[in-house]
Amino acid sequence: MAEFIQYLINGLSQGGTYALIALGYTMVFGILQLINFAHGEVYMLGAFTGLYTSKFAGAQISELFNRLLNGAPDQTSTLAAILTSIVIVLIAMVVCALVGLCVERLAYRPLRSSPRINLLITAVGVSLFFQYSGQIVFGSDPKAYPDLFENLESWTFGTDENILVINPLQVFVFVTAIVLMLILRHIIFHTRLGRAMRAVSFNHDLASLMGIPTDRVIAATFMLGSALAGAAGVMVGMTYPKVEPLMGSLPGLKAFCAAVLGGIGNVTGAVLGSFILGLAEALLSGYGTPTYKDALAFAILILILLVKPSGLLGVHRTEKV
Amino acid sequence: MGLSNQIDKTKSYAGLMSLRWWLLAIAGTWALDYLLPSMLSPYIFQILVLAGINVILSVSLNLVNGFTGQFSMGHAGFMAVGGYLSAFLTTSLVEHRPDLMIDPVTGELLGTAVIFYFGSLILGGVAATLVGYIVGLPSLRLRGDYLAIVTLGFGEIIRVILLNTDAVGGARGLSGIKQFTNFGWVFTFVVITVFCVWRVVHSAHGRILQSIREDEIAATAMGVNTTQGKVRAFAMGAFFAGVAGGLFAHYLTTLNPGTFDFNRSFEVIIMVVLGGMGSISGSVVAAIVLTVLKEALRPLQQYTGVDLRMVIYALVLIIMMLARPKGIFGTKEIGDLFRGRKKVKGDLT
Repeated sequence: MAEFIQYLINGLSQGGTYALIALGYTMVFGILQLINFAHGEVYMLGAFTGLYTSKFAGAQISELFNRLLNGAPDQTSTLAAILTSIVIVLIAMVVCALVGLCVERLAYRPLRSSPRINLLITAVGVSLFFQYSGQIVFGSDPKAYPDLFENLESWTFGTDENILVINPLQVFVFVTAIVLMLILRHIIFHTRLGRAMRAVSFNHDLASLMGIPTDRVIAATFMLGSALAGAAGVMVGMTYPKVEPLMGSLPGLKAFCAAVLGGIGNVTGAVLGSFILGLAEALLSGYGTPTYKDALAFAILILILLVKPSGLLGVHRTEKV
Repeated sequence: MGLSNQIDKTKSYAGLMSLRWWLLAIAGTWALDYLLPSMLSPYIFQILVLAGINVILSVSLNLVNGFTGQFSMGHAGFMAVGGYLSAFLTTSLVEHRPDLMIDPVTGELLGTAVIFYFGSLILGGVAATLVGYIVGLPSLRLRGDYLAIVTLGFGEIIRVILLNTDAVGGARGLSGIKQFTNFGWVFTFVVITVFCVWRVVHSAHGRILQSIREDEIAATAMGVNTTQGKVRAFAMGAFFAGVAGGLFAHYLTTLNPGTFDFNRSFEVIIMVVLGGMGSISGSVVAAIVLTVLKEALRPLQQYTGVDLRMVIYALVLIIMMLARPKGIFGTKEIGDLFRGRKKVKGDLT
C-alpha cells in the first residue's frame, strides 16, 4: 500500500511539471493551431536560468531572506529556502517569458499569413536551434543544481516494511504548480486579457474586427505559456538535480501528448491529461517495465487520436470554410 | 500557380514517363559500378553510396512533405524498421542456413545470396509500409499537424522497442551484417525511387495529393478521399525509407538503436525543404550537396570541436521559411530553369 502511495506521489509531482509545460502548448495551439516545438526548449532554458541564478545569486538571496526572517545571515530555515526557490522560479519565469516573446516576434509573427506547414517547419527549426546552440553555449554534459534545501530532511512515515518517503521538494513542486495553474485560470477566465485570448482563439479575424489587438494578445499568450514552462524547468532542475541542453525535447513532446489527451486547446484538459500521464508513467515504471516508460505517452497519443481525437474534455468543432 | 504549372510540366517531360529510359539508367548504374572502383578512391565511393541512400530518403519524403503537404518527421523510424528487419533476415539466414548464402569451400558469398538480399530489402520496405499505415492512419484522418508529433513519437517508440528486443541485440545492436550494398544496388534503388515518385506525382493520384496540399477542404468538396490519398502517400514514403534503411544496414554492417535517431530524420527534412517542397530534382540535388557538404565540413568540426552543422541547419531552416518558403527550386524541376519564361504563359496567377 505504502508502495502504491509512493508511486502516486511521484506521479503527481511528475504530472505537475507536465501540466505546466502542457498549458503553454495548449494555449498556443488554441490560439494559432501551431504545435510550438520550441516550447520544450523554453523549458530547458528555464532550467538553465534557474541553474545559473542559484549558482551565482542563490547564496546572496538566501542570505537576504535569512537576515530578514531570522536576523542572522548564516542561520538557514526551511521558510527562507522556500522563499529563495520562489525568487529563482520567478526570475526564470521572467527570462522565459522574454524568450517566448522574442521567438514569437522574430520567427512566428512574420509567417502569420503563410501556410501552416511553414510555421511548423519554423517551429522545428527554432527548437533545434536552441538545442544545438545550447550544447555549444552551456556544454553538452549534464550540470548539477546546487542544493538549496540542503539541511532539509525527507518526511518518512511508517516502518521499514511499509516505508513512505516524501521529499518536501516534491510537495513544493506540486504546490507551486497548482498555484501557478490557479493564477493562469484566473487570468484566462476573469481578466480582460483572458477574455481577449479566448476571443482570438475562438475566431482570429472576428476578434480583430472587434478591436482586439490580436498580435499583442498572441504575444501575451506566448509569454504566459513560456513563463509556466520556465517555472517547470526550474522545479525539475531542483528535484532531479541534472540539467542538460537536450532535456527539453522529450518532456516537451510528452506534455503535448498530455494536452491532446485532455483535449487540445482546453486549459483544464491539459492539466487533467498531464496528471493522468504522470500517474500512468509512475505506475508503469513501478509495477511494469520502466524501460517502456518513454514510449507510453506516444502510445496514448496514437490511441486517443484513434478513439477520440478531440480529447477527454475537448468539444468537437465543425470545420468551416 | 502550383497545379497549372504541374500540368505544363507533364507535357514537357513526356519522355520521362516511359519506362525505357529508366531501365537504361539502371543498366548504366551497373556499368558504372563495374567501372568506377578502378577510377575513384574508396572514400569518394563511400560518399557516393551515402549520397545515393540520402537521395532515396529525400525523394520519398518529398512525396509526403512536399507533394502532399503533410509533415512527417519519422523517416528515420521507418529506416530503422526496414534496416533492422532486412539485416535480421540476412544475418539469421547466414547463421541458420549457411548453405544458401556462403560457399562452403571458399567462404565467400554465393551468387544466389543476392536474391535473398533483394528479398530482405523488399520485406523491410513492406514492413515499414505496414508500420507506416498503422502509425499514419490515426493522425492522417484528422486535419492539423498531428502527424508531425506522432511520427516524432513513433521514432521514440521504435528506439525503445529496439532497445528491449534481444533478437536484434538490444542496446548492443546488431552486428556481423554482410556488406551486400554497393554502388550498383544503391543507384538501382535510386532510379526505382525517382521513377516511382515521378510517375505517381504526374498521375491522377499525384493530382489528388497536390490538391490535398493546396486546399484540403476544397479537395474534399471535389470528392477527393483525402484520408486515403494522404495514407497512400505516407505508406509509399515509408516503403522507400524502409528500403533505404536496408541498404544502409547492409552498407554499415552494424546497427544499434541510436543509428536511426531523430537527427537522421532531420537531415532528410532539411534536404526536402532546401531542395524545394514539390521538386523531385531539387531533393536529389539537395541530398547530394548536403551529403558532400557534411564530409567537407568534417575537418572544420574536428578543428572547432563542436557540432556547428546542426545549428547551421536549424538557422537555414528558419531563414528559408522567412525568405523563400518554397525552397530553392520551389515546385519547379531543374529542367524548368533551362526552358526560359515562355512556359509560364498559360499560368493563371
